[in-house]
Amino acid sequence: MTDTLTPVLSAHWDDPECFTLASYRRAGGYRALARALDMPPDDVIALVKDSGLRGRGGAGFPTGQKWAFIPQGDGKPHYLTLNADESEPGTCKDVPLMMANPHALIEGMIITSYAIRGGLAFIYVRGEVLHVIRRLQHAVAEAREAGYLGRDILGSGYSLDIVVHAGAGAYICGEETGLLESLEGYRGQPRLKPPFPAIEGLYASPTVVNNVETIASVPSIVANGAAWFAEMGTEKSKGFGLFSVSGHVTSPGQFEAPLGITMRELLELAGGVRAGHRLKFWTPGGSSTPIFTEEQLDVPLDYEAVAAAGSMLGTRALEVFDETTCAVRAALRWTEFYEHESCGKCTPCREGTYWMRQLLEDLEAGKGSEDDVARLLDINDNMVGRVFCALGDTAGTPAASTIKYFRDEYLDHLKQGGCSFDPSAANLFAATEA
Amino acid sequence: MPFSQQARTRLEADAAEIIARYPRSRSALLPLLYLVQAEEGYVSTDGIAFCADRLGLTEAEVTGVATFYTLFKRHPVGDYHVGVCTNTLCAVMGGDAILAALTEHLGLGNDETTADGKVSVERVECNAACIYAPVVMVNWEFFDNMTPRKARELVDDLRAGREVTPSRGPRHLCTWREACRILAGYPDGQATDGPAAGPPDLLGLKIAREHGWTAPSADRDPGSVPAEEAQ
Repeated sequence: MTDTLTPVLSAHWDDPECFTLASYRRAGGYRALARALDMPPDDVIALVKDSGLRGRGGAGFPTGQKWAFIPQGDGKPHYLTLNADESEPGTCKDVPLMMANPHALIEGMIITSYAIRGGLAFIYVRGEVLHVIRRLQHAVAEAREAGYLGRDILGSGYSLDIVVHAGAGAYICGEETGLLESLEGYRGQPRLKPPFPAIEGLYASPTVVNNVETIASVPSIVANGAAWFAEMGTEKSKGFGLFSVSGHVTSPGQFEAPLGITMRELLELAGGVRAGHRLKFWTPGGSSTPIFTEEQLDVPLDYEAVAAAGSMLGTRALEVFDETTCAVRAALRWTEFYEHESCGKCTPCREGTYWMRQLLEDLEAGKGSEDDVARLLDINDNMVGRVFCALGDTAGTPAASTIKYFRDEYLDHLKQGGCSFDPSAANLFAATEA
Repeated sequence: MPFSQQARTRLEADAAEIIARYPRSRSALLPLLYLVQAEEGYVSTDGIAFCADRLGLTEAEVTGVATFYTLFKRHPVGDYHVGVCTNTLCAVMGGDAILAALTEHLGLGNDETTADGKVSVERVECNAACIYAPVVMVNWEFFDNMTPRKARELVDDLRAGREVTPSRGPRHLCTWREACRILAGYPDGQATDGPAAGPPDLLGLKIAREHGWTAPSADRDPGSVPAEEAQ
């Protein structure tokens, strides 16, 4: 039985200099790199496979398997591209990780690139986090200066460079093929798969696209072993992850815990729902994952159990809303987001999000009719599976999942000719602060 | 305004450096758009022509990319571009009230700039700081746990030229153009300023320390490195 919380990536965040090379090395950093460079690259892949590490960006694909898809001896350059475009509403784990501990990411990138025989790697980081970008630029420069990047790393004969590339405000670039299009200098519109990036990714060459937290976890696996990692977590969801509890709780925060911790445990660590209020609904993994209510507080937060309960683990973005929150308003805001972020390539998503937003606006204002509730579900059905990427597949989720649990609230808006919730009651600040 | 010969020479040298970072030149388009935005404050038709010329693209190709991305502005914004998150969580926690307070206080609509050119206000999407909600960004630096009153004071300070410090960022807040230059890949030397993490980021670690909770010891795994080498 492991402890309730298992800080690994966040273990030194309270060191004010945590983001520097000196601090990272004091904590044992870059020793895993030396160890990995002593191993044949395929053994590094096997080690990560054995650990059971799965993608921390939401989809949960086995990381070692993804690396093993890269064809070897094909004569083409291989690339690693870090998905640091963290933009899923509620998700706030990669940004603090890169702010506090960028060298864990860089060490993981070097090990990963070595394993897949890559010679150049990119960090595609969203543009709206300027200080995180500074920290990444600084860490890459420090690593290069120390000989961890560049030619003949640590005398191994292996060479690698890393480019920090700022995105420009497009959620769709968190989709791996949209990201690659953007990195190639185009609009970030997803590609049809197959071919998958492992075969034809960046510049039509074999490419691994991994999430920040995934790759930052790699040095700890190399340093401590696959069995150490697999000791944490559940049967099919191994290891630790950052759980970000936000919203109407006493103390929002980051909690690094083995996969399988429950929301009841996390809520307790966050001091419970704010005083005088009760839980209404929460997202297990950001706005793209169907909401849960108090019924699911004891669901183990791992890939399998959350899926079995009807949602997705996603990015462990646990947004908590209490009874002062109007479910229709919440759905409308998330739908506005998907409308704004739809890249426009697939008609069902481009038009569907546009219609859904209008229907939700009417419903929130108490206009429209009960048929509009059915229409929202119908539009959602016509988006799911009829689009290139997960944005369109999940854009209707906020509407569909709030209708599932709070259909009466939608109808109440119609009966009352408007919203009966007082928005100021949901605010965090008192009226005197306004 | 077309670039002066002097500006053009300088920008061409920067552009060559940026292009050299990538195996294929077109990958340099986003940083080049940041470069011209850093020069003029927005992506003008001259900026687009410059990028097209450097990369051997048509102006239509560059325009198609520039207009896809929210962070490229096709009209001037303020020296301090204020983004108020109104995605669901921040909106519910007070982001809507903050945006309303700011637009009323400054007499601006969404995505408009004060007459003195100092401050512009825009509603923005989730900025990955939800445990600090409601969040306001200024030139993409974090201003955490905001209230309408604090937001009004913030823009008053910015307009008056008083120094303001982001919650998790450097001591000196960059102007919009300076920020765009960093995004083009030119660091400003402020990376080591500011905290490693804010209190909510450290909450789990603090609780773990209080309870003596840790990740398993690597010692239990035969064949692994000694515990003192574990990170």
